[in-house]
Amino acid sequence: MVPIGRPLISYPTVDQEIKNVSLKSKIVEIFWVEKETDLRSSRHLFNFRKIWKYAVFLTGSVSLVPLIFITMVDYHVTKNAMEAEFRLRTARLVSNTGRSISFFLSERKAALDFIAHDRSCQASDPVRLGVILENLKRSFGGGFVDLGIIDERGVQVNYTGPEPLLGKDYSRQEWYKRVIEDGTYVSDVFLGYRKAPHVVIAVRTVREDGIFFVLRASVYLDPFEKLLVGLELSGMGDAFMINREGVLQTHSRSFGDVLNTIPLAVPAFSPKTEVTSEIDPSGRDLLVGYRFIEDTPFVLMITKSKKDLMETWFSTRLLLIGFLLASVSIIIGVIAATAAYMVRKMRIADEQRLMSFHKLEYSNKLATIGRLAASVAHEINNPLAIINEKAGLIKDLFVIRHQYAGDNKLMALVDSILKSVNRAGTITKRLLTFAKNFDASIEKLHLGHLIEEVVGFLRKDAELRSIDIKIDVPLEIPEIESDRGKLQQIFLNIINNAFLAVTDGGHLKISVTRKGMDSVIVSIADDGCGIKKEDLDHIFEPFFSTRVKQGGTGLGLSITYGFVQDLGGGVEVSSEVGKGTTFHITLPVRPPQDRR
Amino acid sequence: MRVLLVDDEEEFVVTLTERLGLRGLDADYATSAEDALAKAEKNSYDVAVLDMRMPKMGGLAIRNALKGRQPDMKFLFLTGYGSEEDFNLVVSQDGDSAYLVKPIDITTLIAKIKEVSDRKGGRDD
Repeated sequence: MVPIGRPLISYPTVDQEIKNVSLKSKIVEIFWVEKETDLRSSRHLFNFRKIWKYAVFLTGSVSLVPLIFITMVDYHVTKNAMEAEFRLRTARLVSNTGRSISFFLSERKAALDFIAHDRSCQASDPVRLGVILENLKRSFGGGFVDLGIIDERGVQVNYTGPEPLLGKDYSRQEWYKRVIEDGTYVSDVFLGYRKAPHVVIAVRTVREDGIFFVLRASVYLDPFEKLLVGLELSGMGDAFMINREGVLQTHSRSFGDVLNTIPLAVPAFSPKTEVTSEIDPSGRDLLVGYRFIEDTPFVLMITKSKKDLMETWFSTRLLLIGFLLASVSIIIGVIAATAAYMVRKMRIADEQRLMSFHKLEYSNKLATIGRLAASVAHEINNPLAIINEKAGLIKDLFVIRHQYAGDNKLMALVDSILKSVNRAGTITKRLLTFAKNFDASIEKLHLGHLIEEVVGFLRKDAELRSIDIKIDVPLEIPEIESDRGKLQQIFLNIINNAFLAVTDGGHLKISVTRKGMDSVIVSIADDGCGIKKEDLDHIFEPFFSTRVKQGGTGLGLSITYGFVQDLGGGVEVSSEVGKGTTFHITLPVRPPQDRR
Repeated sequence: MRVLLVDDEEEFVVTLTERLGLRGLDADYATSAEDALAKAEKNSYDVAVLDMRMPKMGGLAIRNALKGRQPDMKFLFLTGYGSEEDFNLVVSQDGDSAYLVKPIDITTLIAKIKEVSDRKGGRDD
């Protein structure tokens, strides 16, 4: 026999299932858990977990990929915009500062040039030069340290200042050659007699007599330093000057004091302000702005730590990432929940379809078995009738003719044959009854009375075994139009089974409830041994019996099933081993039209 | 009382005839419709016991044929196939006929035969 699913056994209905959803199962969807169910064999057809995964994956990808893409683009755009902004700001600062420095130097060059053209300066009078130096100091804020005049031979012919430089010959010095060539000269920084950083500014002037001389001044770098220190620099900024060899011309916060060589590469010459990125030896990522100061050996540099500059960017980035993560979690959550809901609906629909299919299959199978049983019964009945008559005749001869009446052994043998024929006949008749039902008289019945009647047959047995039978038929249960004989058989069969299941002193409860306007449910519950799960699937099949050795035919419940079907009802059973079994027989209040 | 038994199972019908004879009934048998009609031509019977399903002509057809010849004859049907259709056919056509499922108990059979023969004429006469 091909095993079939589990038809007619009380499946939880959709409504029940939805009502019984606990919080846990709301999160862990039912289809996710491989249930130990009746439908396991067909489960591979409905891999709901897979459907759910596909749905979540596809929907998730479609919605998340663009979101992540846009966020990444935005991330980069914002980052680049901020970097560009910082570059621009740095460039502007470098330009402005560079201009100030240029101006500072030009101003002093111009002052020197102005003085050089004054005749009083041209005389080799150190007193006069001293007065001029004092005037310069007064006008330019103390930057000037000394002042000297060098003639066309390169000899310092006049000098005022702290050093004994009068008469010094500069003709072979590089700067002297340069000033003669270029007209003006600004030196690299050097530490003067007070170990303070100085620069030398020199201008060449042609006297009225056509002979040139050079006016040279040493200038403190204090004003530069003040200018650079005074800059408001964000991002751990550092502003300093180097010469073209990379030697610091002013103090640097990062790279130390004047005349140190900076660890960064000296940038290539550019007439404009430039901003580049560099990594210093300590690994800091720096934004470097620089500008070559015109007509001087100086390069103004402003460095800023990118990390510190981007401080605000980092908080923006954090916000952006937080937003992305929150969005992604919400989207995934909603998608997962929606998919779960849909897949759950699908599962319920599929399972219902499968269940109906199983029920139909089962009914058809029972009908087929019924027809088969009937034809087998018919085939057996004829030879059985012959045996019956032959044995009957033998007995008749014994009884009526008196010839063999004395032979008790023969009589006993014949009786035994007749008894066996009778037994076989009972089985074939029951088989026939299972398949076809003779009587179809519909009448109005009071279920309570009918059940009382049936229980009446068994009262004696119940008393002997002290089985307690409770019948509960509420007053509102309507009279039903049905077939008395069939109902009797149905109840008798099930109650008989219950009697066999319970031990002496067991309990049986028969109750009737209404189900809507058109049906009633008769429940017959016992507290007997229960039915094993694997047996539950087969109890309505003919010839299925767990009591074969005790003489069970295995037809009782299948006949019951057939009768209930005939009456337009249904039968369900729930059972737990050791706790008991309950049969629920649903009966229509009025019989279906085609059976009336 | 004369009884005619008609059944295609010869072993069955012969034995049953003998048993009825032993119980004092004047029983005769036939194993086909032709045989039954031939017997009915020669003799008259009070009750005919007919098998519902026989080759060529079933119990109901034989009843109709017999009724044409002997209108007072009463009928009892036997079947090895206790089907609802058979039953419905009998009750719808003749409320006074009886019906038994094989294998039969001899006492029940005799009781039925007596019950049927005691009835007055069929309703559809």
